[in-house]
Amino acid sequence: MNIFVCISHVPDTTTKIIIGQDGKSIDRTEVTYILNPYDEFAIEAGLQWKESKGGEVTAVCVGSPEVKETIRKAFAMGVDKGIHIVTDSPFDSYGTARALADTLRERRPDVVFCGRQSIDYDGWQVPGMLAELLGMPAVTVVSSLELREDGTFTAERDIEGGKETIVSRLPALISAQKGLNNPRYPKLQGIMAAKKKPIEDVPAVQTPPRVRVLEMFKPPLKSGGRIVGEGAGAVPELVRLLHEEAKVI
Amino acid sequence: MDDALPGTDFYRLDDMLSEEERLARATVRRFVDERVLPIIEGAYRDGRFPMELVPELAALGVLGATIPEEYGGAGASNVIHGLMLGELERGDSAFRSFASVQSDLVMYPIFRYGSEEQKRTWLPRMARGEAIGCFGLTEPDHGSDPGSMATKAEREGETFILNGSKMWITNGSIADVAVVWAKWDGEIRGFLVERGTPGFSSPEMRGKHSLRASVTSELVLQDCRIPAANMLPSARGLKAPLSCLTEARYGIAWGAVGAATMCYETALSYARTRIQFGRPIASFQLVQEKLVSMLTEITKAQLLCLRLGRMMDGGTCTYAHVSLAKRNNVDIALTCARLAREILGANGISDEYPVMRHMNNLESVRTYEGTHDIHTLILGKTITGFPAFR
Ligand SMILES: Cc1cc2nc3c(=O)[nH]c(=O)nc-3n(C[C@H](O)[C@H](O)[C@H](O)COP(=O)(O)OP(=O)(O)OC[C@H]3O[C@@H](n4cnc5c(N)ncnc54)[C@H](O)[C@@H]3O)c2cc1C
Ligand SMILES: Cc1cc2nc3c(=O)[nH]c(=O)nc-3n(C[C@H](O)[C@H](O)[C@H](O)COP(=O)(O)OP(=O)(O)OC[C@H]3O[C@@H](n4cnc5c(N)ncnc54)[C@H](O)[C@@H]3O)c2cc1C
Repeated sequence: MNIFVCISHVPDTTTKIIIGQDGKSIDRTEVTYILNPYDEFAIEAGLQWKESKGGEVTAVCVGSPEVKETIRKAFAMGVDKGIHIVTDSPFDSYGTARALADTLRERRPDVVFCGRQSIDYDGWQVPGMLAELLGMPAVTVVSSLELREDGTFTAERDIEGGKETIVSRLPALISAQKGLNNPRYPKLQGIMAAKKKPIEDVPAVQTPPRVRVLEMFKPPLKSGGRIVGEGAGAVPELVRLLHEEAKVI
Repeated sequence: MDDALPGTDFYRLDDMLSEEERLARATVRRFVDERVLPIIEGAYRDGRFPMELVPELAALGVLGATIPEEYGGAGASNVIHGLMLGELERGDSAFRSFASVQSDLVMYPIFRYGSEEQKRTWLPRMARGEAIGCFGLTEPDHGSDPGSMATKAEREGETFILNGSKMWITNGSIADVAVVWAKWDGEIRGFLVERGTPGFSSPEMRGKHSLRASVTSELVLQDCRIPAANMLPSARGLKAPLSCLTEARYGIAWGAVGAATMCYETALSYARTRIQFGRPIASFQLVQEKLVSMLTEITKAQLLCLRLGRMMDGGTCTYAHVSLAKRNNVDIALTCARLAREILGANGISDEYPVMRHMNNLESVRTYEGTHDIHTLILGKTITGFPAFR
């Protein structure tokens, strides 16, 4: 089976984000990067299919030279090969999807796994666009998945207030939701072997951006809470404040 | 408040680590956050070692990390080994102790002093966590002075007969194999004693106020007969067990920094949110002084570890270098734990927070693998030339 996993290189969730001088980007100097957490579910899904059906798992990442570190994290988990689609200038979601599609098309994937969202810009855009560009069905936000011998699969996806069950056929694109599986920890042996695995560099073709960033700013700081009192006696005062001051009830 | 320093890498030591080293550390950190921290207080309270996590520890490659791959290890550097042990001890000293004993006190002597057959029999299974080991050196009447041990081995044809007892043995009751140090014809030798051998028992010691999530046992040997092939052929004299201790003390130097880090981080976040006299206690000078001295000592200890690890990997590290780091780092970790306990006020004694557990654990860590004072004497001899042991 020819399995591809699209992975994204994102700021660590504990990193303090500082807005850059231009007011339109983040200052990257002190930022540490991690593998997008949703992509770990995608990698695990790819590895499990490889383990049961055979084949090869290739991780693909669009980005600047630093993303190689993230590709090697995927190697440490057990991914076999990597493709780095090299770009210095940032792409928007469509540009990312185009670059991925241009590279994947000729490699004839049986399945492309993505995360449901990349936690940097939280676009949720790439999987759908990429599937469309590859002419594949897309099943997104998948929390359970079962593949049958005839190449059909059943996927359960989270939708507003419930679950939706979808039956589709490979080749397809599947984006992973938390809960799809328990991503394995990289083994030390895998970490040590990672630098020996091959990463193929592919130049990215720049597409004109479809999205323009006008401004970036932090949400206003939350002001401290107020304790009105304790126990049932405090309820009337709380209700009064919610009604008169906060005007929410 | 928004400008507070996150984490404990004040001197950007991460810049001196390779990508591989950082990833190995991050993996164990995450394992500890996800798998150890949620269960450790309960295990400590119940006086129980969480055996169920051993297969996962093994899967991470923590057990016998520096042992070559042909024997089931990962062939990793000492720096990686140290970084991983630091993260384990950030969870609890019991996990680091388990891994130190397995890797440095059992796999290491089998690898260094064992026969090819002993290596093939034990090392791969131990790396997979399928066999557990313990190291029996200390005796009821011989602790800091193991050279005068009373446990004896006698040869009878193709067997050795062991008699004596060992005390305070980590992993004793859960071990499949014990490395037992005993005198044969007056010379200290190492013997592999398997669980279930007649004449061998390993009752667990109860009533500990420290390392409660670790198994500590006696080893009792009464006319215990083992095959002559179970002796470690090339371990001769006290220097053999001491060489194992050097390995384990190296890991403790890293481990202690992990425990100190957890205490510091807990104290810092507590101090920033605990309000007294209308202000966060972190805004008071006396509290800041405690936090600053903790971070200063942690930073110095990190630097010691990394330099020590690089020397160990480069082959220029001596046992005295290791003594200095073990002595200093456990000492500062215990000081950090006590300061953190103070900053947390009454909450400091509660099991809602990890500091008192670390503090209690570190009391053992200060004593085992050479007490603080014994390391002072080792270093005293190194720098003055005068041994002050006896
Ligand atoms: C308005 C806007 C401005 C941006 N500006 C910048 C910028 O200035 N600098 C900068 O560096 N980035 C920038 N980006 C981010 C860039 O587009 C990333 O590649 C982005 O994470 C992908 O878009 P997304 O948020 O829609 O991903 P999502 O659709 O949320 O990601 C879902 C999944 O798609 C896959 N995927 C996403 N990104 C990649 C990737 N790069 N390689 C491989 N697979 C991937 C992963 O499987 C991921 O889980 C910007 C994005 C947007 C929307
Ligand atoms: C939880 C735990 C786990 C352990 N696990 C193991 C294990 O797995 N395997 C193992 O073999 N052992 C183990 N030990 C034993 C440990 O190594 C010994 O406790 C330690 O070596 C000290 O020996 P002792 O307790 O007999 O103290 P003693 O040697 O009796 O020392 C008591 C005090 O006297 C001081 N002292 C002794 N000699 C001198 C001197 N010459 N000059 C100045 N002061 C001196 C010491 O510093 C100490 O303060 C463990 C101990 C504990 C608490």
